[in-house]
Amino acid sequence: MRRTTRIAAAGLGVTSLMALSACGGGGEGGGEANADAWILTGGGWPAIQEDFDRWNEANEDAQIDIEAIENDSYKGQIRTAVGSGEAPTLIMSWTGGALLEYAEEERIVDLSDHTGELESRVFESVWQNGQVDGSTYAVPLNDVQPVVMYYNQSVFDEVGVEIPETWEDVEAAIETFNENDVAPFSLAGGSVWPALMWLQYLTDRHGGEEAFQAVVEGEEGAWDNESILFALETMQDLGENGGFIDTYNSVTADQNEDAQLLADGQAAMLLQGSWVYSTINQDFPEFAESGDFGFTSFPTLEDGAGDPSNIVGNPANFWSVSADASEEEQQIAFDYISENLYNEETVTSMLEAGSLPPLSDIEDQIAETEDSDFLQFSSELVGEANHFQLSWDQAVAPEVAQPLTDNLSQILRGDITPEQFVEAMNSL
Amino acid sequence: MALPAVLFFGIFALIPLIGVVVISFMEWNVLGSPTWVGLSNWQAVLFDRPFTWTALGLTITFVIGSYLFQAPVALLLGVFMAGQQRYRALLAVLYFLPLLFSSVAVGLTFQSLFSPNYGLSAALPFEWLPNDWLSNSDLVMWVMIFVVGWCFVPFHGLLYQAGVRQIPQSMYEAATIDGAGRVRQFFSITIPQLRYTIITSSTLMLVGSLTYFDLIFVLTGGQPADAVRILPLDMYVTGFSSYNLGYASVIAVILVAIGLTLSLALNIISGSSKMESDKAGA
Repeated sequence: MRRTTRIAAAGLGVTSLMALSACGGGGEGGGEANADAWILTGGGWPAIQEDFDRWNEANEDAQIDIEAIENDSYKGQIRTAVGSGEAPTLIMSWTGGALLEYAEEERIVDLSDHTGELESRVFESVWQNGQVDGSTYAVPLNDVQPVVMYYNQSVFDEVGVEIPETWEDVEAAIETFNENDVAPFSLAGGSVWPALMWLQYLTDRHGGEEAFQAVVEGEEGAWDNESILFALETMQDLGENGGFIDTYNSVTADQNEDAQLLADGQAAMLLQGSWVYSTINQDFPEFAESGDFGFTSFPTLEDGAGDPSNIVGNPANFWSVSADASEEEQQIAFDYISENLYNEETVTSMLEAGSLPPLSDIEDQIAETEDSDFLQFSSELVGEANHFQLSWDQAVAPEVAQPLTDNLSQILRGDITPEQFVEAMNSL
Repeated sequence: MALPAVLFFGIFALIPLIGVVVISFMEWNVLGSPTWVGLSNWQAVLFDRPFTWTALGLTITFVIGSYLFQAPVALLLGVFMAGQQRYRALLAVLYFLPLLFSSVAVGLTFQSLFSPNYGLSAALPFEWLPNDWLSNSDLVMWVMIFVVGWCFVPFHGLLYQAGVRQIPQSMYEAATIDGAGRVRQFFSITIPQLRYTIITSSTLMLVGSLTYFDLIFVLTGGQPADAVRILPLDMYVTGFSSYNLGYASVIAVILVAIGLTLSLALNIISGSSKMESDKAGA
């Protein structure tokens, strides 16, 4: 229901926006070109929207029009827009394969001389993601988004289990939870991408970041890796033997049903991105304020070769500037990036929403905020991480992302074996 | 007089269609510039890609299933609503409600209803009710046929209602005098008299479900692929998620070919080209 209203509201918003811009254009008789940008809905995006609102208020002659788009449809829409030369001035991406293609096709411009002092403020491990061949083609615009393990303390107290720290703990906990008819893990398998987080963490814990690096570098037969096979087997085992909630294949993330299952106490834990922290605070405030809402890092694997400090997720969302935009529009975008990105007011409102900007100069500010527990936790997680693995569906070439999703969906439903998955991915 | 129609058809149907045929001979990933590859897309989609045939099989199941569900229900609903009693007007309004809803709203509402933990299955005390409506490979196609049918039955019911109201009352009166009951009247008068309505409605149903997309996409996102990804969805996913516009265009051309053949065949079989009248006294 929530989502229905959200979409209806978005629909209304877009319609009225179109009506407004039509009126505005007619009244002024054209002439001035507004820059534009597409952002997403939900999560920490309202803070970005407010940032643009403040910018527009302060810069009457450098307006940026904003449109908010639902996550799943954004990726297809932006590519079509970029391909047809109709892209918004500011192009948002998750970096990885898509950014590489934009740069290779010269659809975005080199930002190296237009980032102001940003580079010195942003964490190096995050900044690197926007680089192509030593030039900056994209700059981070919002919070670091590591994937973390959320839990419901009251469920753990009920059955008398400690929060698991190792994979052995996890296996013991699964048994106890099942005896007490509670699902150990909530999972939005119907949306498939949340299951990718499991695949990423298990692969990394088992074989380290090198296992997947071979896939990114396009090595022949790179999917045929014992760590990837281990991860797939473990996931199928979790699905069949009561690790994931038994309805996991029908649970979807776009309506935040996976988070709701955790908040309701139907499941004990949930592996999800850091943005779910704000989602739970907004949508399930009773649970968020109950003191039972907890978070921790992904368990360690006893004999795993991976560094247990490794994390997966999205370093951030990034802005690039469209090569198809007019010079005037590009200049507005450059100014916005160099003068306004991560300004004090926006950083404060991000922190208040529980989002962590990837900045090295805000430690004091973090300590002062209300959500300092979660922020300090993720700040340490990111700061101490030996490696930050970009989500696989973003890291690979865009045309590989869909088959990856399709094959993973079949793994979740037990329709194919891990060996068949590997074979199918290798044959692409 | 024909000029506006020809222009309209040319701009909105013919030119895009030619474009798609041209792209089907090209390799194009949306971002770069398209390059000629001759027949290799066709070769690949038709012979080296087993999923094309899976998707075609699913499409046929969906088209036939939708027809078998929608046609009888719409016909009976239309006949019922053509009656004169006052309460029928109220019911008719209720039946037509699905026509007024946008398919995204319908899709999201049904998605909530089918939710395993917060939907119908969780709310009703029936143990036998499945809770994996949208993820069970054996079930999801029938769920789609039902939901899409729910949306389109009112429209076809409206067609039949109009058709039934055109049948002269005198035919029924004569049949009553001859001793024909209501069932006999339905099969011997109503159905034959509705012949052209049935052809129109059938064509719309068959070609419509052949190219149907939105509700299935909103409800399932195209997963599980081997249970629900009919050709139109396959075309979308191939073109706009995998960014293979060449393959997607081949699938599009195949769909156009099947659709045209189907509606032409229906026209010929039904003999509607003969333009004979079936009205009483003509």
